[in-house]
Amino acid sequence: MDRIPILKLRDLLLVTIQVDMHDRLAMQLQDELTARISETGARGVLIDISSLDIVDSFIGRMIANTAAMARVLDAETVLVGIQPAVAITLVELGLTLPGVRTALNVEKGMALLESATGQAEDLPDTDAGHTE
Amino acid sequence: MPVTRSEALELRSAADVVSVRQAVRTWAIEAGFSLVDQTKMVTAASEIARNTINYGGGGMATLELINDGSRRGLRVVFEDKGPGISDIQQAMTDHYTTGNGLGLGLGGAKRLVNEFHLSSRVGEGTRVVITRWK
Amino acid sequence: MSAATDAVIPRILKTYEAELLDEWLREQLSAFRAGSRISESDLRTQSKEFLNLLQQATEAGNITDVQGPSYGRVRDMLGDVSRARGLQGFSPSETAIFVFSLKRPLFTRIRKELATDADSLATVTWSATELLDKLGLYTTEVYQKSREDVITRQQEELLELSTPVVKLWDGILALPMIGTLDSARTQVVMESLLQRIVETGADIAIIDITGVPTVDTLTAQHLLKTVTAARLMGAECIISGIRPQIAQTIVHLGVDLGTVTTKGTLADAFRRALEMRGQRERLLKPRA
Repeated sequence: MDRIPILKLRDLLLVTIQVDMHDRLAMQLQDELTARISETGARGVLIDISSLDIVDSFIGRMIANTAAMARVLDAETVLVGIQPAVAITLVELGLTLPGVRTALNVEKGMALLESATGQAEDLPDTDAGHTE
Repeated sequence: MPVTRSEALELRSAADVVSVRQAVRTWAIEAGFSLVDQTKMVTAASEIARNTINYGGGGMATLELINDGSRRGLRVVFEDKGPGISDIQQAMTDHYTTGNGLGLGLGGAKRLVNEFHLSSRVGEGTRVVITRWK
Repeated sequence: MSAATDAVIPRILKTYEAELLDEWLREQLSAFRAGSRISESDLRTQSKEFLNLLQQATEAGNITDVQGPSYGRVRDMLGDVSRARGLQGFSPSETAIFVFSLKRPLFTRIRKELATDADSLATVTWSATELLDKLGLYTTEVYQKSREDVITRQQEELLELSTPVVKLWDGILALPMIGTLDSARTQVVMESLLQRIVETGADIAIIDITGVPTVDTLTAQHLLKTVTAARLMGAECIISGIRPQIAQTIVHLGVDLGTVTTKGTLADAFRRALEMRGQRERLLKPRA
């Protein structure tokens, strides 16, 4: 049975999804992530999908749900590494991933998370985009 | 329409959705699709395969390499003997809400392919055919 | 056609190969325009090979079935010649003449062979005509297909060239759009923009629509798709070159540009982009 490893980096959780997930695995990841955020009190979650060449509505919903649950637990989520072909398909599919910030890669994603979680005041919430 | 090759895959469990994705990817590459077109086709197939399993009670996916004389294409036929869709219009509208998976993904899949045919009878089953041309 | 007459053409092709080749070459060379790009030695090699393959194919019987398996190698060879001529820029006639110019030498031979047998002469000549007509038409089809492929490829390249993505500054890309935005073009535009974002690690993309004559609902939708895709890659977009009339149209159409920043000129957009980068630098600096 494969599991997707969740790494803890200071007060951030980092998940790298490298396998073509079947639905059960995706739900498992969602549950585990939520549990880990709660356990560790993590302030940020970085989901790296740079190895995924497919993101369908189920995976998209899983990611959006995870971000929503993370926010309830006072953690921000950033999704990184969407491949160009995947981005074009997501847009055509009409999947907008509300409440999920995105960044180009892990480096930028971490920087975004660190600034988002390190701020005292609330940053303006833009739809799946950067803060200005 | 001449079918150059065809292969039928069973759709029973969630793992089969992954198998269909991989098979469609391989066939899309063979049909000469660009990366973006491959991705669109695989994603559309994934959506419909999942519906067949979750709402249709399982069924079959038949992949076909087709040729209409001037261009190559890939067609996938999804069939199930499930409850059928009573309100097709409603099923084709998008539901991408977080929470329960009410969205059938059909409307989205339609936008990703060149041809989309859906026929369904309540109590008898559903048949969806998606086609992309090179 | 009976077995006896069936055997005439392959026999002629074998027995008179040298003479046929010479006469046929003469016919071909005289058909080409002066200063044409064809090389005589290439032509001789091609013609010799064709005669050879044709001879073998006709030996197998069922002479006029050019789509059949015994003509496989003949079709392949003709296909190669036609495609090559298409790519080299020869006209359709110059390509078809390869096969059609074999008629006169072949008919001359047939007439000599069957001078005393009028019936057979008619039958064999008819088969020869049918055979060469079919093969000649085949070359025309292949030629046409290869020219179409070239045109399609050129169109794609033109499409890419007409929407270049320019790096304005560290982390800032500009995409000057010219002409109308249809869905094929939007796809090409999105792909090149996203590709460049990945390559340069850009945070901001300025989409300049000064060169876009009209903005209708479809164009606006295509623009929005591009903006959304760029955002998924972590890049924010600024739309510049919005003339007052376009601004009016957008409002009248009820198009919601959402949170996309818009500017009148590319220069304004660039200034804004620099500001945004500056802000981002400050935001991302670790707090003391």
